Amino acid sequence: MELKDLIQLRGEWMRGEGPDADIVISSRIRLARNLVQFPFLSRADDGVRGEIERTLHQNVIELALGGQLTYFDINQLEGIDRQFLVERQLISRELAESHGSRGVCFTRQENVSLMVNEEDHLRIQVLHCGFELDSCWREISRIDDLLEDRVTYAFDEELGYLTACPTNVGTGIRVSVLMHLPALVLTKEIQKVFQALQKISLAVRGLYGEGSQAMGDFYQISNQITLGNSEEQLLKKLKDVVPNIISYERKVRQALVKESRQALHDKVSRAYGTLKSAQSISSEETMHLLSSVRMGVNLGLIDDLPIPTVNELFMHTQPAHLQKLRNSSLDSADRNAARASYLRQRLSSVQPGDQN
Amino acid sequence: MSKCNRCPKVATLHITELMKGEAHEVHLCEECAQSYLQNSSAEDAPAPGPGGLIKSTTGMGEAELEALEKLVCPTCKTTFREFRSQGRLGCAHCYSAFREELLPLLENIHGDTHHCGKFPKRAPDDSQKRYQLIKLRNDLRLAVAEESYEEAARLRDQIHELENRTPQETSE
Repeated sequence: MELKDLIQLRGEWMRGEGPDADIVISSRIRLARNLVQFPFLSRADDGVRGEIERTLHQNVIELALGGQLTYFDINQLEGIDRQFLVERQLISRELAESHGSRGVCFTRQENVSLMVNEEDHLRIQVLHCGFELDSCWREISRIDDLLEDRVTYAFDEELGYLTACPTNVGTGIRVSVLMHLPALVLTKEIQKVFQALQKISLAVRGLYGEGSQAMGDFYQISNQITLGNSEEQLLKKLKDVVPNIISYERKVRQALVKESRQALHDKVSRAYGTLKSAQSISSEETMHLLSSVRMGVNLGLIDDLPIPTVNELFMHTQPAHLQKLRNSSLDSADRNAARASYLRQRLSSVQPGDQN
Repeated sequence: MSKCNRCPKVATLHITELMKGEAHEVHLCEECAQSYLQNSSAEDAPAPGPGGLIKSTTGMGEAELEALEKLVCPTCKTTFREFRSQGRLGCAHCYSAFREELLPLLENIHGDTHHCGKFPKRAPDDSQKRYQLIKLRNDLRLAVAEESYEEAARLRDQIHELENRTPQETSE
């Protein structure tokens, strides 16, 4: 599969289905692993990085993951293509921005990705749509077992899986849930959620993980600690707390509908109207407005737009996707015009009659 | 339980901040965390961490720095000082080489020092053999850097020989 073919596909996790999919976009687990016979990457020169990449490439590409696997040598990709993979959640920003031999292997459904030479030799990621942590864990643990039949991991009986950064040692696991929380943001109740999560050492991050801003009211909730708890215990922490956040968000949405239906309906409709008619629009504004529209669809205030389309628009209006769709490289001003035109076209096909 | 880096309260928030590729750990209580996060929320340009960062090497005496410099991983030659400034270990053996110094740090980050999760089905090789390949690769890296090509060729042969003896990549 070539990179340009990806744009025609929709990642399985973007279907907009699964448990609590109105609020939980996706569930994700990643495992950090290192090969026993190589130094960590801070001590690997170009030659060793290359050897690690070849070893892992050879082994991951042959894994029986139930379908066709694609491998990209990140070093050979142009900046825009790397950004494209970041926007699709297939690689991290760190992998996109680092240097030297590195790669990514993923399934056609885009819910399994294996990053080679990120911070650790190997980062395995499994993404499912909706609130589905158990199935993510079963799948990633199986992939981990399959790999372990082929390679030997750096492991210590006392400290567990050894990682380049001691913040990941032990299980090497990060369990995270991507949530859409517009009502909690609108009412500023979100601060309370953050405080409560801090107390139980769970981290809150933006859409693209570490250091990213919370765009479009999307938040990733994940575990901080990796040592001293089993994977199941760490999963349970999130399985216990996320339903509370879901019901909090739902409660606030219902309160908004009940107490200020007109104001909410107005806000949502204006957002939808702007997206349908703007002539130039930034990525930030698009995210912001799509967030309102998404909530409007979930509350029945907008009834002609399916959620998977909204999810897809979030992705397709980001800089690299937009340029891939247009098949040309555009500067910021041209992108804003192209984004507006793309939105008008996509949203007008939803409502026949509008030719623009 | 770790203490807040800015006041005597118990730290409830543990932040790993990445600045120019370097990781810094910050442990803060809720109040201090609020002001910390507000001050560093500017996009892409995190404010320099507070002076009291526990693992920063600034403000350390010469003698202390020298002691950190002397603590070296025998396999990859990473010093504990390098680890403190970069936040990354050099190889799996660093965990044994710096064990004494790392345990309080792990306690701080995770509140625990014992793995109780998944175990690989296959036990790794004994530690001697386990680190030999890493050490040879590090020696090779140094030999190439010093342009000692004869030595490098010898090391390369040794690595290949050892690798072929441990059929770990293809075993089914």
